[in-house]
Amino acid sequence: MRSYSAFAVAREAARYHMGWERAWASPEPKKKYEVIIIGAGGHGLATAYYLGKNFGITNVAVIEKGWLGGGNTGRNTTIIRSNYLQDPSAAIYEKARSLYETMSQDLNYNVMFSPRGVMMLAQTQHEIRGYQRTAHANALQGVTTEWISPGRVKELVPIINLDGPRYPVLGALWQARAGTARHDAVAWGYARACSDMGMHVIQKCEVTGVRQEGGKVTGVTTTRGDIGCDKLGIVVAGHSGHVADMAGFRLPVESVALQALVSEPIKPCMDVVVMANTVHGYMSQSDKGEMVIGGGADGYNNYTQRGSFHHIEETVRALVETFPMISRLKMLRQWGGIVDMTGDRSPILSKTPLEGCFINCGWGTGGFKAIPGSGWGMAELMAKGQSPLTDAFSLDRFKEGRFIDESVAAGVAH
Amino acid sequence: MLTLHCPNCGIQADETELAPGGEAHLKRYGPGSSDDEFHSYLFTRENPRGPHFERWRHAAGCGKWFLAARDTVTLEVYGTYPAQTLEPPQDIKDAITAKHPGWQWREFS
Repeated sequence: MRSYSAFAVAREAARYHMGWERAWASPEPKKKYEVIIIGAGGHGLATAYYLGKNFGITNVAVIEKGWLGGGNTGRNTTIIRSNYLQDPSAAIYEKARSLYETMSQDLNYNVMFSPRGVMMLAQTQHEIRGYQRTAHANALQGVTTEWISPGRVKELVPIINLDGPRYPVLGALWQARAGTARHDAVAWGYARACSDMGMHVIQKCEVTGVRQEGGKVTGVTTTRGDIGCDKLGIVVAGHSGHVADMAGFRLPVESVALQALVSEPIKPCMDVVVMANTVHGYMSQSDKGEMVIGGGADGYNNYTQRGSFHHIEETVRALVETFPMISRLKMLRQWGGIVDMTGDRSPILSKTPLEGCFINCGWGTGGFKAIPGSGWGMAELMAKGQSPLTDAFSLDRFKEGRFIDESVAAGVAH
Repeated sequence: MLTLHCPNCGIQADETELAPGGEAHLKRYGPGSSDDEFHSYLFTRENPRGPHFERWRHAAGCGKWFLAARDTVTLEVYGTYPAQTLEPPQDIKDAITAKHPGWQWREFS
């Protein structure tokens, strides 16, 4: 594979850009692989990448029913942060955030990581106490965050209205090294690197069954024939329950729709990410100038990748009070993704009752930020049977009462 | 917008006046039950890609609970019925079977 560089751009410019090669191959599936990953989203591709990079396992297929990164990887609001309350969450999200910092160099693919800072507004007394607690916990975890005053909030975000009658800004939790990245590029970069290591990324290949023998996984049946494997990783986000059902076990997961929307592009006006969890809204400005807005999830099960419009109305109505200048903005696009919510709103990275079958799911409304850390931990789990990053996130924690209770710590905007 | 017929007060209720209440017909376990039983009651869910039996409360209306059979893929509503029902009525089961021949659901008793 030719590497991307300024020199390569100059070379191709001199010959009408005819020399670029395809970023990844589209091979026919083999009869058998050592490892099959179901789901070519960010988490699945990252798992495959770190299996190859950290453990030398390259006889791997990543199979995807749709197109690469076409699920939640391409539908999120691209926010990356690690200001979580609980130790296991802080560990895996901070690992992910730190890997994002060097991802473009590591993959030789520009993922446009922008450490612009993430600000979580405190708009009630309860949130002040909650975020100060999180800031203290982060100090102990080695995650750099700080509690900042309303005055500092106004300095960082001049367009904010601090004195909203319903939702005044009373301070904020500020993580300066958090930010955003180009979400599609993360999937594309990993896919290119996996393909370069000889792995097969197989698109438009839907898994229709999981084959097993004597309690051990032996492969999958797909719309492109049977494919054998020694180990299977299920990394399919909203459809986890459906695939787990094929493998013969049930999950503590429910699938709901989460929505986002973008405005028409405007001049640069806000160079940080602002999250307002009390009102279920968060906003950042993309490089194109669009205001990217995310809201709350629907409360009922849904697989349609579109949500209820009244949630958008609630989100935008509340954000207009905090950001009065957006009141005349036209919204260009709105879309939804299917997120898999667990009982404690923390993910599951675990062995399963079926030997050789592993699952990575339950990222709920906050999976994008975790992609590299999740892949790193999942690869170690699949290669060695355990990983310090994932041990706390096992499937049996619900039965044992070992919850990683982040729903209180992080509110909606997970 | 999703609209459901409230069997308690008899009106067609918009989604905005309803509060979702999760999967219906869960088997409840009490003191003396095993860890596995509590796990299944508290956490594991059917989460089907297709017909789903669920609880709703007519929160901004009559305030009462009822049950609905709704398809999570097409958003079609097969019907609603009173919360005091132990398993879905036969006409709703028939409507589901007509759309999804051979669709299986778990034991409700």
